[in-house]
Amino acid sequence: MRIRFLIPVVTFVGIAVMMWYALFNLNPTEIPTELVSRPAPEFSLEPVPGYGPGLAQQDLATGKVILLNVFASWCVACMAEHPFFMELKAQDTVDIFGLNYKDTPDGAAKWLARHGNPYKRTGMDLKGRVGIDFGVYGVPETFVISPDGKILDKIIGPVSPDMFESRIRPLLNEAGS
Amino acid sequence: MKSSFRLLMLSMLLAPFLVLSATAVFIEEKLKDPVLEARALEISAEIRCLVCQNQSILDSNAELAKDLRQIVRERIALGETDEEVRGFLVDRYGDWVLLNPPFKISTVFLWLGPAVIFILGAFAMVVFLRGRNRLVEDESRTKLSTTEEAEVNRLLKSDETGQNS
Repeated sequence: MRIRFLIPVVTFVGIAVMMWYALFNLNPTEIPTELVSRPAPEFSLEPVPGYGPGLAQQDLATGKVILLNVFASWCVACMAEHPFFMELKAQDTVDIFGLNYKDTPDGAAKWLARHGNPYKRTGMDLKGRVGIDFGVYGVPETFVISPDGKILDKIIGPVSPDMFESRIRPLLNEAGS
Repeated sequence: MKSSFRLLMLSMLLAPFLVLSATAVFIEEKLKDPVLEARALEISAEIRCLVCQNQSILDSNAELAKDLRQIVRERIALGETDEEVRGFLVDRYGDWVLLNPPFKISTVFLWLGPAVIFILGAFAMVVFLRGRNRLVEDESRTKLSTTEEAEVNRLLKSDETGQNS
């Protein structure tokens, strides 16, 4: 009988803990991709002028795990992850393909000239339709692509070295590359 | 002078109603057939804008929302049903794009949760109120002792006489 007064207290603590967790650990702007373990959608794009070759669906099946990075010259957050991609390229850790999202050919070429080109291939999605087929809703986003061209995971927002180690490295090791 | 001032005040009072009648329509290519366009708008109103989350793509002026509205129009022009148009978007962005989530195993708690909580609450309230009523009844059954009864009678009587004085 004495315990009964604890019921509201316990209820309150339960709700508080749940909300505390949701407030600091869940990110409502991060929507996991629907496309995991599905093949990449069909597309074929011209390269950013001077940064070829171009990019199409069949180019993604390379026999090893690769990254497909969605970037744009108007995207400020892309600059945050760009030096890290240059580093990955210098160390030859993983091949990165660039999907240039809703940009101008000129703007994209200038941006790559200025910040360096970490991409093996680039594709210009001028109208943003390929991006929509990929379920892109913000730039940058980075897809991890399996050796047979399927989508393994998607990272929303800039890729940090920590994130690379925790989310991409295991997938690289799994494929034995 | 005074009447013109009144007219000004009146027009200022009525101004908000003028604004209300204007609907939020963005300047973009519409479908020629008004029936199809109405369908496109109806579907768009139920699609979540992924950039601004609690707005529909119909209300949002984000770049992506504009593209998605255009895609809805294209799909309808191709002769797809409402279900197929929604399916196209769900394939790419998941159930999250639907402002009205579908009833599935993963959404059972979302749909039935409020009813379950209500029923549990009602049950708890009935139990609580019954318990309290029983307490009151038990108290009423305990008889007064003879001295208490005599005291009550004395007080009641003294009150009666007191009223007349």
